[in-house]
Amino acid sequence: MPQRATPSREGRERRPRRGRRYNPRHAPFTQTEERMPEGPAVDNPGRTLLSAEKLFLSFGGLQALAGVDFTVRQGSITGVIGPNGAGKTSLLNCISGFYRPGAGRILFDGADLGRVPAARRAALGIARTFQNVSLFEGMTVLDNIKLGAHARLRSDVISAMAWAPWARREERALREEVERDVIDFLEIEHLRRRTVGSLAYGLQKRVDLARALATRPRLLLLDEPVAGMNEEETEDMARFILDIQEERGVTVVLIEHDMSVVMDLCDRVMALSFGERLAEGTPAEIQGHPEVIRAYLGEDG
Amino acid sequence: MDHLLQLLVSGVVTGGIYALVAMGFVVVYKATRVINFATGELMMLGAFFAYSAMTALQVPFAVALAVAVLASASVGAATERLVLRPLLGQRAISVIMVTIGLAAVFKGLAQVVWSGEYRSFPPIFPRAPVALGPIILPSRQLYPFLIAVAAIAVVALGFRFTRTGIAMRATADDQAAAFSMGIDIRRVFSLAWMLAAITAAVAGIVVGVIGGISPQLGAIGLRMFPVVILGGLDSIAGALVGGVIIGVLENLAGGYLDPLLEGTSVKEVVPFVVLVLVLMIRPYGLFGTREVERL
Amino acid sequence: MLIGNYKETYASDEAVFRTPAVRGWMVALAVAAMVFPFVAGDYLLYLVNLMGVLALAALGLNVLIGFTGQISLGHAAFMGVGSYTAAILATRFGLSFWLSIPAGGVAACAAGMIVGVPSLRIRGLYLAIATLAAQVIFEWAFTNWTSVTGGIRGINVPPARILGAPIDDDRRAYFLIQAVVAVHFLLAANLRRSRWGRAFVAVRDRDIAAEIVGVNLFRTKILAFMVSSYYAGIAGGLWVYFMKVVTPENFPLSLSIQYLAMVVVGGLGSIPGTIFGTVFMTMVPELLKLGTGLARAVWPDAQSYLFPLRDVVFGVLIVVFLIFEPHGLAEMWNRLKRFFALWPFEK
Repeated sequence: MPQRATPSREGRERRPRRGRRYNPRHAPFTQTEERMPEGPAVDNPGRTLLSAEKLFLSFGGLQALAGVDFTVRQGSITGVIGPNGAGKTSLLNCISGFYRPGAGRILFDGADLGRVPAARRAALGIARTFQNVSLFEGMTVLDNIKLGAHARLRSDVISAMAWAPWARREERALREEVERDVIDFLEIEHLRRRTVGSLAYGLQKRVDLARALATRPRLLLLDEPVAGMNEEETEDMARFILDIQEERGVTVVLIEHDMSVVMDLCDRVMALSFGERLAEGTPAEIQGHPEVIRAYLGEDG
Repeated sequence: MDHLLQLLVSGVVTGGIYALVAMGFVVVYKATRVINFATGELMMLGAFFAYSAMTALQVPFAVALAVAVLASASVGAATERLVLRPLLGQRAISVIMVTIGLAAVFKGLAQVVWSGEYRSFPPIFPRAPVALGPIILPSRQLYPFLIAVAAIAVVALGFRFTRTGIAMRATADDQAAAFSMGIDIRRVFSLAWMLAAITAAVAGIVVGVIGGISPQLGAIGLRMFPVVILGGLDSIAGALVGGVIIGVLENLAGGYLDPLLEGTSVKEVVPFVVLVLVLMIRPYGLFGTREVERL
Repeated sequence: MLIGNYKETYASDEAVFRTPAVRGWMVALAVAAMVFPFVAGDYLLYLVNLMGVLALAALGLNVLIGFTGQISLGHAAFMGVGSYTAAILATRFGLSFWLSIPAGGVAACAAGMIVGVPSLRIRGLYLAIATLAAQVIFEWAFTNWTSVTGGIRGINVPPARILGAPIDDDRRAYFLIQAVVAVHFLLAANLRRSRWGRAFVAVRDRDIAAEIVGVNLFRTKILAFMVSSYYAGIAGGLWVYFMKVVTPENFPLSLSIQYLAMVVVGGLGSIPGTIFGTVFMTMVPELLKLGTGLARAVWPDAQSYLFPLRDVVFGVLIVVFLIFEPHGLAEMWNRLKRFFALWPFEK
């Protein structure tokens, strides 16, 4: 979308308004460059970003996770595979904070996620997509994506209603950022004003990914991102995931049943079955692992 | 001491009647997960059906009761078929609003047919008050209480042990699963609403006998929310226990607090304060089942 | 479907009135609104004033139910809080309406915050019942807290004054009411396209996903309650100055239900729908009154049936709309617009 150039805005620094005390809440929200943390995360690309230790989770009599260990290296794409009911989505739910594990802990960037509520984890940099898409059907694609940035925005209700200048600026900056970094990137410009409920399934999944990207995540959890897609859509999605990892340095965790996708994209793979970790290693190692083969295909191999 | 005992006992008796009314809510919720705001008006219609049968048709009470039950069941079935079934699966606000709309329609129609005057029910119970030790209970409170308890027992046991009752509970729990088990969902819903209308009719007749009938009788329906929340929206036993507790609390509040606050009557508001407390502390009430979220 | 609607800046893309046609209509509407009080009959003017106040409160309820998906059966109570606050400040403390009406809004907002607290633990039907309890309790307080509210006698309020001139006829009240209503409708439109508007709708559509994406559910729901009851409070304040008196009978449960009907019939979540719904639900009883009056010629008893007929018509309308037109009058209006957008080319 062509944008009128506003040269005065380029490179303008935030300056306190004359005569008024500088209120950081009224400043436009921070851009990526300012948010990237200095220090170990950048210097040490191989370090562990997420580690789950001995996770246990059960619902009544059903054991979803039984002592699962899971580590994810910064900047990698890690796959989680397993038959249905293995606990893959439960694992993701624990990481995103929807479930509280009965035992065990999850460390994100060295800090225990412990009792951090789900809504706060997005602000910390954990984003995800959902197996059943879970988009907000009543809103347009654009609004859905913008919602991903909710935790990063600062304007309060009163400023929003009064359309105060700082609220307006923040909203404008958000729009520019979402257009540039997400909509352009995922090639969904033509869908901006469409109501999400009217989209085809494959496009909905892409919007789901777009929304997750709008949170500016450091860790992106994808729950079956190519499920139900044809070859062409799958290739597109795989390309997007690779770009996300390579160009933006986002760490990706991927639940998938489509083995070709897992083999092509993932640096490391973990296999689960009945809530237990069967194996962990490179895709090639997992492919040949006897336990994994048995879990998927039965005794005959 | 006698005063306290009197308050307690009449509280229990009133509570039994509340429980009967509350059961109308519970039956619908238990089988369809719908909160029926028209329960009060169904009560009112049932009372009017019986009243008309007794006065216009000059039949004895037992027959009038049967007439009222049949008429109410038809109203319930028609309501389910025409109004609620089209709304299956819609969001809660829509269903709540539709039952509110129904309540208005029933009330208006009742006023058109029977006019807005207040009438008393022809006498059906023996006049003499009953004495239990030092406590006197007017007959028009005691007998309805006994009817209420009997009705509650019948419905509770029915839900527990009959196949229809189990089918209803299964449908409320998980429609798809019940359907795949061969349960005819539509029939279950019809039956549930008929049963709800019948229990409401019985409750309405009981209330009408005690306090007279008018199209305003349905207003008692809303006062039953504290009872169903306290007892648990899907628990019949809860309706009984909740009803008794609320009845007692109301009476105690009226007996002890009202004299302290000259002029104002806290009796009406105490149950609702209790309701708020219950929602804050234990939303599913004493016996309600917890609902589990899944992503 | 709009053709030739091409935006070159993000600013114009996100404006409230997006096409020249819409802007033109708004200007025409504004002009008509200015002229109206001088050409309309007294009763119609009174009705329009009444509808303005009701539409304001209904808009608040729409924010809560239509945007955020929370149910409230106690909206009339919040209006009452606003009314009584404004009345008490005006009579006992002599504040002018510039202060007492906003204060009513703030007081109602605080009440909304309190009533919204249960939304932390309960949702859907349970929350609806909690709001019902709030309605009953507030109503009881209005009637029985005589020292503050004057009990059933209520409070009489002197007319509002602007620059010394009293606003004591319907025409002057009209301008005040419509100004307040127009501003608040604009605020609501701004809310909808802002970060919080999105958060509200997200909570309505998929609250669990919303939470994982970073929306604090409790905070968002409480804010929805607060905004909603603020609107009711302002409406209540306007009501007091419009009616010159406030009594407990003004805010019964049936008014809460009427607001629900306005919002549902008008179209949940639609801002123009709120106006449609309010006008519809106010005018239908009036038409009924007219009808029974006329029917008296053939049917002398007609007017005694007015009240029950009102109930029946009210109920039937709600049921019919919910079954056949769940998105309300707003959706019917949209369909009409779509039809004429391409007429006569599209069937």
